[in-house]
Amino acid sequence: MNRFLSSRNLGGWLLVAPLVAVLAVFLVLPIVMIVIVSFWQTTEFSIVPAFDLANYEFLFGSSVTYDVFLNTFRYAAITWALTLGIGFTVSWFLAFHVRSPTTQIALALLCTVPFWTSNIIRMISWVPFLGRNGLANQGLLSMGVIEQPLEWLLFSDFSVILAFVHLNTVFMIIPILNSMMRIDRSLIEAARDAGASPFQIMTNVVIPLCKPGIMIGSIFVLTLVMGDFITVRFMSGSQSANVGRLISNDVGLLQYPSASATSVVLLLTVLLVVAMMLRLVDIRKEL
Amino acid sequence: MTMRTNHYSRRTLLKGGAASIAAAALPAPMIWAQDIKDVVLRQAGTGVSAFNEVAAKVKEDLGFTLEMTALDSDAVTQKVATQPDSYDIADIEYWICKKVWPTGNLQAMDISKIKNYDKIVGIFKDGKLTPESVIAQGTAPHTVGFVEGPGSTVFSTQDSGWMTLIPTIYNADTLGIRPDLIGRPIESWTELLNPEFKGKASILDISSIGIMDAAMVCEAMGEITYGDKGNMTKEEIDKTMAIFTEAKKAGQFRAFWKSFDESVNLMSSGEVVIQSMWSPAITAVRSKGIPCVYQPLKEGYRSWGGGIGLSTGLTGVALDAAYEYINWYLSGWVGGFLMRQGYYSAVPETSKEFMTADEWGFWFEGAAATGDIMNPQGVKMESAGAVRDGGSFVDRMGSVACWNAVMDENQYMVRKWNEFIAA
Repeated sequence: MNRFLSSRNLGGWLLVAPLVAVLAVFLVLPIVMIVIVSFWQTTEFSIVPAFDLANYEFLFGSSVTYDVFLNTFRYAAITWALTLGIGFTVSWFLAFHVRSPTTQIALALLCTVPFWTSNIIRMISWVPFLGRNGLANQGLLSMGVIEQPLEWLLFSDFSVILAFVHLNTVFMIIPILNSMMRIDRSLIEAARDAGASPFQIMTNVVIPLCKPGIMIGSIFVLTLVMGDFITVRFMSGSQSANVGRLISNDVGLLQYPSASATSVVLLLTVLLVVAMMLRLVDIRKEL
Repeated sequence: MTMRTNHYSRRTLLKGGAASIAAAALPAPMIWAQDIKDVVLRQAGTGVSAFNEVAAKVKEDLGFTLEMTALDSDAVTQKVATQPDSYDIADIEYWICKKVWPTGNLQAMDISKIKNYDKIVGIFKDGKLTPESVIAQGTAPHTVGFVEGPGSTVFSTQDSGWMTLIPTIYNADTLGIRPDLIGRPIESWTELLNPEFKGKASILDISSIGIMDAAMVCEAMGEITYGDKGNMTKEEIDKTMAIFTEAKKAGQFRAFWKSFDESVNLMSSGEVVIQSMWSPAITAVRSKGIPCVYQPLKEGYRSWGGGIGLSTGLTGVALDAAYEYINWYLSGWVGGFLMRQGYYSAVPETSKEFMTADEWGFWFEGAAATGDIMNPQGVKMESAGAVRDGGSFVDRMGSVACWNAVMDENQYMVRKWNEFIAA
């Protein structure tokens, strides 16, 4: 005991204790509850503690589950690819084309301006813009580009992905920009001196050195998109479903055990995806 | 009794008035008037009739406090069924009553204490609006309106003298349309799936009501003949959802809506020209100056009704206060208030005294307005010459095809509905 008290570990334990306490109470405990409830039974009015696999049986036995999970992955993959592309090019511009550090900081802050308003408001404001009689269609009609309003602009997969990309790109920009800013400029000069083309510099020097940033951004975007329900509900006009909506529907109908079971499966899926990504890049080593 | 008394005394003590303490400690008849002022009735409901104006008027007219909590119908159902101590008055729909009455958490009401009982419209007593009326499908209010006696959990088929819910508010729902964008008469529920409105139709994404609207459409199309739209078999549910899934995949629907304001926005922006809608949403669209009609259809209306029930926990002075509240509710002021929203009162006669002749003519008799029609907040809704969609009370409530209901196959239906949304 004395040895423990005098060891340098004690300071470390004390420092980490508040975080451990907060996470234990507000993260670990609720997740444990969710796992437990997912085995309970429901009747019309009550939830009965039990150990019953029925919730999972129904979940894995329904073709809707597979469709919905597939749809969730599809949204996540497309959003990931688009946010990565946009995030990478914006960061590239900020890191390598903007010379003055002041301008760099100003422009980076500009990227975060949309975050000064609520997520939901930024999303909903697309609805009147993309609608049948919205600004986008009116503009295109008056320019003579189209003759009929484009119906697929709103309440479609297009509008869902658009909102996802709009809401989440900044989570890609910031970590990638951070990685790029740390790249020693002499490495790029050396590559150029050794005769590398700009494309080769990008693929052989910049991308490998940006991997941690890309990975952190990707984890943000994938987990946010896979856990979302409100964007899909509003932007698809309730016509498409992802796993989050499945859970929120169950909660609305007071089917907590079934919602818990779906949540557990979603949690495991997301953890699996993140684990696979972490296998590709050792973030701790690279940072 | 004991629990209730304790609770009551504690609350009174907290308020601190010397008179109240005396009243709680020595409940004697002579300080009755003082006593009832300290009663707080907690009303949990679906929000359709949870207007702050009503609570304020209760305080003014009756002296006691009414606390209202508005929840969605699933949450209310669960609260009434599982937490009888958390409310005194349940403001619920009749189909919810069918679900929760067997739990024994509500107490039957003695109709001899209801002053205006004789004037309550027939729909809530024998199911008939007029002697010739045919009773509609679904959970018709009178079928769950009475029990065999105090403490009974068995619904009585006739007026037994013991009522489950005192009817408060009801209406007949139909499709809302944008006449300016459709440009031709709409007469049948089938129009919801008419390819002419491809990408411009909507239905509400609340399974228990959405399925009814869907059934009205399928039956009107002649595709399905239902034994009872309010209590479908699994086969009927499958067929209904198959027809709607096919339409969804063909792009018939622009969107589905879940909340009141979504339905208003869809309609006023012109994204949708025909959809399931609720009466106040039509008013909201019209008050923006956009034409919108609550279209009567030849197959009839899908109707709903709500009422207030008393928790078994209510006893003594609080129970007396609750009866006073019910009698006050039926005495006309609330009825007039609700009628101006486009709903109906269970005792129209008494409401008449609280409305102008023009208001009464417009809302109840289906007559043309002779002057401007205002909403309860005093904003102009209609000008002289306007006529209510669907006409008079008897025209509208006389052509109900189906009442909101809860099915035996409810869970199966919910699953199928979720498949339809995900399809």
